[in-house]
Amino acid sequence: MIKAILIFNNHGKPRLIRFYQYFLNMQLQIKHLCTNKMAEDMQQQIIRETFHLVSKRDDNVCNFLEGGSLIGGSDYKLIYRHYATLYFVFCVDSSESELGILDLIQVFVETLDKCFENVCELDLIFHMDKVHYILQEVVMGGMVLETNMNEIVAQVELQNRMEKSEGGLSGAPARAVSAVKNMNLPEIPRNINIGDINIKVPSLSPF
Amino acid sequence: MPAPIRLRELIRTIRTARTQAEEREMIQKECAAIRSSFREEDNTYRCRNVAKLLYMHMLGYPAHFGQLECLKLIASQKFTDKRIGYLGAMLLLDERQDVHLLMTNCIKNDLNHSTQYVQGLALCTLGCMGSSEMCRDLAGEVEKLLKTSNSYLRKKAALCAVHVIRKVPELMEMFLPATKNLLSEKNHGVLHTSVVLLTEMCERSPDMLSHFRKLVPQLVRILKNLIMSGYSPEHDVSGISDPFLQVRILRLLRILGKGDDDSSEAMNDILAQVATNTETSKNVGNAILYETVLTIMDIKSESGLRVLAINILGRFLLNNDKNIRYVALTSLLKTVQTDHNAVQRHRSTIVDCLKDLDVSIKRRAMELSFALVNGNNIRGMMKELLYFLDSCDPDFKADCASGIFLAAEKYAPSKRWHIDTIMRVLTTAGSYVRDDSVPNLIQLITNSVEMHAYTVQRLYKALLDDISQQPLVQVASWCIGEYGDLLVSGQCEEEEPIQVSEDEVLDVLEGLLVSNLSTPVTRGYSLTAIMKLSTRFSSLNRIKKVVSIYGSSIDVELQQRAVEYNALFKKYDHMRPALLERMPIMEKTATNGPSETVQTNGETDSTILDTKHLPSISQPASQVGFLKHGFSIQTCAHFRSNPNPNIAVITIHATNSTEADMTEFVFQAAVPKTFQLQLLSPSSNVVPAFNQGSVTQVIRVLNPQKQQLRMRIKLTYTHKGSPVQDLAEVNNFPPQSWQ
Repeated sequence: MIKAILIFNNHGKPRLIRFYQYFLNMQLQIKHLCTNKMAEDMQQQIIRETFHLVSKRDDNVCNFLEGGSLIGGSDYKLIYRHYATLYFVFCVDSSESELGILDLIQVFVETLDKCFENVCELDLIFHMDKVHYILQEVVMGGMVLETNMNEIVAQVELQNRMEKSEGGLSGAPARAVSAVKNMNLPEIPRNINIGDINIKVPSLSPF
Repeated sequence: MPAPIRLRELIRTIRTARTQAEEREMIQKECAAIRSSFREEDNTYRCRNVAKLLYMHMLGYPAHFGQLECLKLIASQKFTDKRIGYLGAMLLLDERQDVHLLMTNCIKNDLNHSTQYVQGLALCTLGCMGSSEMCRDLAGEVEKLLKTSNSYLRKKAALCAVHVIRKVPELMEMFLPATKNLLSEKNHGVLHTSVVLLTEMCERSPDMLSHFRKLVPQLVRILKNLIMSGYSPEHDVSGISDPFLQVRILRLLRILGKGDDDSSEAMNDILAQVATNTETSKNVGNAILYETVLTIMDIKSESGLRVLAINILGRFLLNNDKNIRYVALTSLLKTVQTDHNAVQRHRSTIVDCLKDLDVSIKRRAMELSFALVNGNNIRGMMKELLYFLDSCDPDFKADCASGIFLAAEKYAPSKRWHIDTIMRVLTTAGSYVRDDSVPNLIQLITNSVEMHAYTVQRLYKALLDDISQQPLVQVASWCIGEYGDLLVSGQCEEEEPIQVSEDEVLDVLEGLLVSNLSTPVTRGYSLTAIMKLSTRFSSLNRIKKVVSIYGSSIDVELQQRAVEYNALFKKYDHMRPALLERMPIMEKTATNGPSETVQTNGETDSTILDTKHLPSISQPASQVGFLKHGFSIQTCAHFRSNPNPNIAVITIHATNSTEADMTEFVFQAAVPKTFQLQLLSPSSNVVPAFNQGSVTQVIRVLNPQKQQLRMRIKLTYTHKGSPVQDLAEVNNFPPQSWQ
């Protein structure tokens, strides 16, 4: 099972985080319910620790790491790939094939590439929600759902089209525009004949 | 109220922030705006606001006030709203919040929606964060969707079913009929997730496993088609047809074939075919090969196939790609137990991997090397491992040292070699050696009687070089204390005896006492060693002086020792030689076994001694143990210098090696009528799990008639939620405590 998927850049700034399991550190494991604030802190701590582990790796070492102390411990592995400015890190347990996950990361990245046309970090930054939707078609509940790139892209496209037809997230202004277009405004008379008006212009002082 | 800004605007704004504080300010402002927008119950902009909230959540800012809004979005009719609402639910909600149950009804409706994408969203959300209650309510809907002909929904339903089974295992039976024709699907996505579902069911229930064994021929056929079929552009990854599906099927075959002759036989051919025909130039081919090897090793395959598998792993070890090497080492580690000889053939390659630059590979190679050590190769392997210990990262040193000690203990060809190896470890990685190895080493040295002179000489020389590594110093001072006479008399046979005088030895030991590098424990060791030398050396006055100086030391432990030793010189001088005699040979004891009340004799328990109470006095302050299922109480009777010789002071230490704390721990004791008991207050009433601490309590027993001390003890505590009561009798207190 995939426990978490993290994408962050070379400085450790998160670009996408998705947890499929909730990690509770032994120290933070408290008898009463975890507050929500703790969850965000936990997540950020995991990102920081993972970034720390992954960023000090050379480019010519293997792509597998034992997990850090926050992420469960000995059963979990970090499998990562470094593309230009981004790290794609999948935290998995022993039921997943390590080499298979490496291929999965590749498929995911190529899918992003197809969906965004030459994807770069900015695409991930500004379209975080879309990246989530694409990921949802690849991995569901921590398990691999679909690995056929064309299939994934097609499904995402269709859903995007549905969203667009409703106006999308920025729907309101678009609807306003179309509302205006549809308004029936009365004809504005173009030639208004005011007639000759003698306007006395008082002489104004130069200042 | 102006329209809330778009997500894009927010992102752009946040990116202009130059400091963390600036960013926090912007986010707080936006959060406030979003909150007021939520309060206004604005339907139009809700989706936009939630999207922004999710972005801020990713950056680490609290977003819990958006949880209810997500629910409102899910209930909306628009696809856009539902999409972002479900995403928000998956990111912000989990079963710890009660709010999530409100989603159940929405999900139920959406599972029956007319649009497949809405159904897909609902399945996705249920499969990601559905709690057990939700799963129970909605399992029926999922089961229905598992039988649909829509492949998009079918594959999602399969994974959702896996999640349901994980949360509520009892519902597994429900999905059984739907699995009947899952494997006859043409769509690879559905096939893939179906195999995952079948795998999950087989792993959870042996009945399911035997039921699904009949699918083996079908699986073999599918696999064959994948390999034999020509180029299929849809599923092709680097020239191999759907490697993900191949790997999944191989894994399922592994589970089905394990321990079953018929199934294993049905698979032999296809496994051989995959093993020989797969292209290994790219990662995908290797992924399949790797899975094949694991399957071959796990099922009852014929020996030719097993040899083929191990050879493939051997080839992997020589591959340039680090990932492949890592994976090969991992699987060799798994197979070394069963196919030891086959793996031995690759020993030299594995040992070479110890020198690899990659940390992960080094760790695997180290574990594997330890697994491969046996009586035949111990000398060669140890050389390599010691070299590795010298040059490896500090993270490895502790594990490596422990491993070397274990291997040396099991396979040492000679005592001298054993002692040399230990010396080498102590001098190269002395500060990383685990604390419990010090007593183990001491015991080992004591038991190698003929090597005493050699050992103490080598340790003395090591001390002259370096006194910073505490375990080394502790073992060395203990040895010098015990065998100092051998050192001074120059009796070493194994190597050239060194000339050293009593004063020089005492200089070294006193140096340890004053050095800043010595920890309090080490100081204790050296003071005791000096004391022991009082019966072995002739410089009595010097030793008396040192001991009396430390009688006023600030360190309480040291002070107590010095005062007691002083007392030995003054009042109990007749007892001194007997007390400071050579230690007898210690027997190996079992630690923490699940035994009932064990009453052990003082001497043999020295290995479980608290390291503060050293086995330095000939009859050590006895340990009377009470052991039960990982919970142990050790009592030590001191003879504290006490004005009233009728009072015995006993300290108990309670430790707990189980995985749950013991709370409300109360220790009670009762003594026969002629005694009087006083229980002082305990250090705490929680005994932490995993030996993370202990509870100490002092008992004072007045024994005016000097009778044999006996005690009944009663322990009450709460463990894993239930109260427990234990009764025991402790009878073998050492004579000193009551004489």
